[in-house]
Amino acid sequence: MFAYIVRRLLYAIPILIGVNLLTFTLFFVVNSPDDMAASQLGDKYVTPEAIENWKQKNGYDKPLFLNPDVAGLARLTDTIFFDKSVRLFAFDFGRSESGRDITTDVASRMWPSLAVALPTFLVGIGVNICVALMVVMFHGTRLDRGAVFLFVALMSISYLFYIIGGQFLVAKTWRLVPISGFHAEGQVWKFLILPVLVGVVAGIGAGARWYRTLFLEEANQDYVRTARAKGCSELTILFRHILPNALIPILTGVVVLIPSLFMGSLLIESFFGIPGLGSYMLDAINSQDFAIVRSMVFIGSILYILGLLLTDISYTWADPRVRLS
Amino acid sequence: MLPRLAARTRAAALLCGSLLLVACTDGPWNNPNPPTPEGLVTYQSMISPAPPKHLDPAISYASDESLILMQIYEPPMGYHFLKRPYELIPLGVEDFPRITYLNASGEEIDPDQEEVAFSRYRLTVRADARYQPHPAFAVDEAGAPRYVFSEPEQGSRFTQISDFPHTGSRAVRANDYVYAIKRLADPFNGSPMLGFMAQYIVGMEEFSDQLQDIQRDGWLDLDQFPMLGLEVIDERTFDITIKGRYPQFSYWLAMHFFSPIPPEVDRFFRNPGFINRNLTLDWWPVGSGPFMMVKNDPNSEIVLERNPNFREDYYPSEGAPGDAEQGLLDDAGKRLPLVDRAVFRLEKEVLSLWTKFLQGYYDRSGENHGNTNRVFDQAFVVGPDGVELSAEMADRNISVSPDVKPALYYYGFNMRDPVVGGYSEEKRKLRRALQIAFDTEEYLNIFYKGNGIAAHTPIPPGIPGFVDGEAGINPYVYDWVDGGPKRKSIEHAQQLLVEAGYPNGRDARTGEPLKIFIDVQSQAISNTSMNWIDRAFARIGVQVEYRPADWNRTREKLLTGNTQIYSHGWLADYPDPENFLFLLFGPESPLLCKCDGANNSNYESEEYDALFRAMRVLPPGAERETIVARMVDLFREDAVWLFAYYPKDIYLNNSWVHNNKRHGISKSTLKYVRIDETLREQKRAQWNQPVTWPLYAGAVLLIALLLPGIIAYRRRLQATARQ
Repeated sequence: MFAYIVRRLLYAIPILIGVNLLTFTLFFVVNSPDDMAASQLGDKYVTPEAIENWKQKNGYDKPLFLNPDVAGLARLTDTIFFDKSVRLFAFDFGRSESGRDITTDVASRMWPSLAVALPTFLVGIGVNICVALMVVMFHGTRLDRGAVFLFVALMSISYLFYIIGGQFLVAKTWRLVPISGFHAEGQVWKFLILPVLVGVVAGIGAGARWYRTLFLEEANQDYVRTARAKGCSELTILFRHILPNALIPILTGVVVLIPSLFMGSLLIESFFGIPGLGSYMLDAINSQDFAIVRSMVFIGSILYILGLLLTDISYTWADPRVRLS
Repeated sequence: MLPRLAARTRAAALLCGSLLLVACTDGPWNNPNPPTPEGLVTYQSMISPAPPKHLDPAISYASDESLILMQIYEPPMGYHFLKRPYELIPLGVEDFPRITYLNASGEEIDPDQEEVAFSRYRLTVRADARYQPHPAFAVDEAGAPRYVFSEPEQGSRFTQISDFPHTGSRAVRANDYVYAIKRLADPFNGSPMLGFMAQYIVGMEEFSDQLQDIQRDGWLDLDQFPMLGLEVIDERTFDITIKGRYPQFSYWLAMHFFSPIPPEVDRFFRNPGFINRNLTLDWWPVGSGPFMMVKNDPNSEIVLERNPNFREDYYPSEGAPGDAEQGLLDDAGKRLPLVDRAVFRLEKEVLSLWTKFLQGYYDRSGENHGNTNRVFDQAFVVGPDGVELSAEMADRNISVSPDVKPALYYYGFNMRDPVVGGYSEEKRKLRRALQIAFDTEEYLNIFYKGNGIAAHTPIPPGIPGFVDGEAGINPYVYDWVDGGPKRKSIEHAQQLLVEAGYPNGRDARTGEPLKIFIDVQSQAISNTSMNWIDRAFARIGVQVEYRPADWNRTREKLLTGNTQIYSHGWLADYPDPENFLFLLFGPESPLLCKCDGANNSNYESEEYDALFRAMRVLPPGAERETIVARMVDLFREDAVWLFAYYPKDIYLNNSWVHNNKRHGISKSTLKYVRIDETLREQKRAQWNQPVTWPLYAGAVLLIALLLPGIIAYRRRLQATARQ
């Protein structure tokens, strides 16, 4: 397994270079270094000298990919792309265009993201699995059909509706929790209740419906009939037999998300004022801060690759027949 | 059975415990604010929609950032809080600058007799101005600075300013102001003011060039490099010499760029490794103003506290007519600031901001951006006298502070465009016809809830040169009817089109329909407003095509003159007509200056430019007013802009906030704000009683959902095979 992990990690390097190249290209198709300079310097009294000075100070005064003014390998290395990309592989994210240290910001913003994403993730999985198993238990009945209808209805509603509806009802009309905000000191939980609730409720439709499909496939297997004939209770059948056997597809969709939990959620964090990485990314896009965008995409890619690797490893735990080689 | 019962009991106890925990929290359940320190009156506000990017006075150039900076720094000049028109007052200095005029040889001259080559501004720093306590000023027993490190490891334990156990302070010196101006010139800082100010301050450009070539390793002591136009006379007096005459320079002295920066503060933040922990002057301002920064978390909040070393400053005892009646002089003579602490929380979403304001968790509905968003519509109703506060707002004793900003939004013609540009009479008539067809008043009523005033001139109300009433209308677009301006008729616009060579909106020579192209910023215009504009121009037979783009592409088009009609805006730096009329000054055309010039219309008029040059150096007076009036006439005659309006913002204040007069230019107004804390606590408790029935209803609903399942499950378990 060790050799497999090492091999997968080595595969990650070209993937990360590719992702970085793509991000770089997309960003600079929309923004030129001059645009970035103008955006940072403001709209007033911006002289060409000020723009040149900003570009020089921030390392954007070179060609993007190919430097025709130099010879040899420097044609490739004396470019913005090389300068800005190589450091990422040493996990040196540098400073944002406004001068803040990105590593420090990421380290401090990661925890609020996790504080929201982790409970949403865990509670969401628990609720979805329980609801799906319950529906499977009544497969073919009116309860099952009603539940499927409800799931589709829940899936059809925009995520924004849950957020704004939740804020309007729970925070504004009933005044049970703060509408938004986050304070690391003191009563953090009171800021988390609503975003977690919204996240869980918004995910029930799609999640429970997906798990129901997985469980139904297992529920028709011979071993389930055998267990039932043996006299096992329905709960035992569901949790001891069906659930472990349906784990592989569940793990495929779930484990890959675990590392990405650090990255937070763009919408939830923005609407609930959670100072996490999701809103960090959104702000960076809005303010054309390429240094942050590039770093966040890079971190996101690493976490995703890590998630895929963890998923593979988790298969060996869920099904002893699986061997990684 | 017993273990199961025990488990259920434990679960019930846990639930009850959780509910009790919720019930036992301080104050209302929905209070988003952490407890404030006992005994400190705190002003609760917001920064919205994004945190400040720069707080270094040499770098920052955004109004959101000024909101914080101007509470901490004291530039030489400031503005009177209450008087209108806006009035300059000395702030960091004892008195107004003493200006002497020099000839090319540097000798003092009478400006009325000889040509002025230089103007020298002499300023004297207040004797009682002192900096806030800060570790940069901390010295050891031997008098040496405590926190000057040679290696990053030496200071690695400090990550926040509050981590430094020792602080110090000192009086503000003349050299600090000089040092601050040198920082503007230092290309390393990338100040947006460098290019502009180098045109005026003697020796700034050369100083900047000199520093450009210097290799740096850590802090560079700018005191080692003299700048020709700056001179420290003594501990409290300094001179700034500028080229020629530029009376507006006094206004620039009221901007944060000229705030004092002590060299030791600059050195402190250049300690090795500090920048990697965001310990920079760009994030931790150090000033002599009424407040000092104690927390800067750009992700959530910025906290300011009263500067214990702030000089003696008192609430003004005179204001504008009507101020006394509004209670704005009730605090006259009181020592400033009137609050001990101010918290600015990051608020990105308007719904949250508005809800927290209504719940009493924010003292005001906004700081920099007015309440023209739809979420705020519920605050207003249309009454017989126009838009007024809704009954709910009135019941809460919420007050309104309207504010006509010294700003402009406009759609301008590109005067170099072959279709709508040019200076022939036909082209003028074409533009005037388009101006008449665009009903600005209707547009503002529909899309901005009336929060704007149609502009007849580029000079907004409150700025010298703005003329109200009949004398102030644009006679090419309006008539004065029944005591008010009335837009000329569509028939008149159609006649102008005929005279311009476009009868019924078609080119008389080719028969092709006239189509105009408007460059709009994608986010700044809606489909409904585009439909409205289509209909407005359809009345004179003109077709419209929109070319939406993001700001970067729009800027590119303006720089290359590749636009026909464009949208733009301008917020005044200072209350002088020069700051608006330069929007049409020929050399400011991006095509001529090859820069982000302000004259995006590429307007060229020799007469206008000559008048502008003359007006720029004249002191306020009749001669200047005459020139300004003529420039406005030229602007109207040439019909340079399609339409323009002055934005009007409406800010709401909760009943416990006092001294709410808005200042269009200065942000240094926090020190005047007074809060009635008792009333605030009382209202917050009254408005935020939680509604608990949904909790019980939710529990009942959950049981109702689960119970049939449980019953069915039990029934299934007990069913025989046959069933």
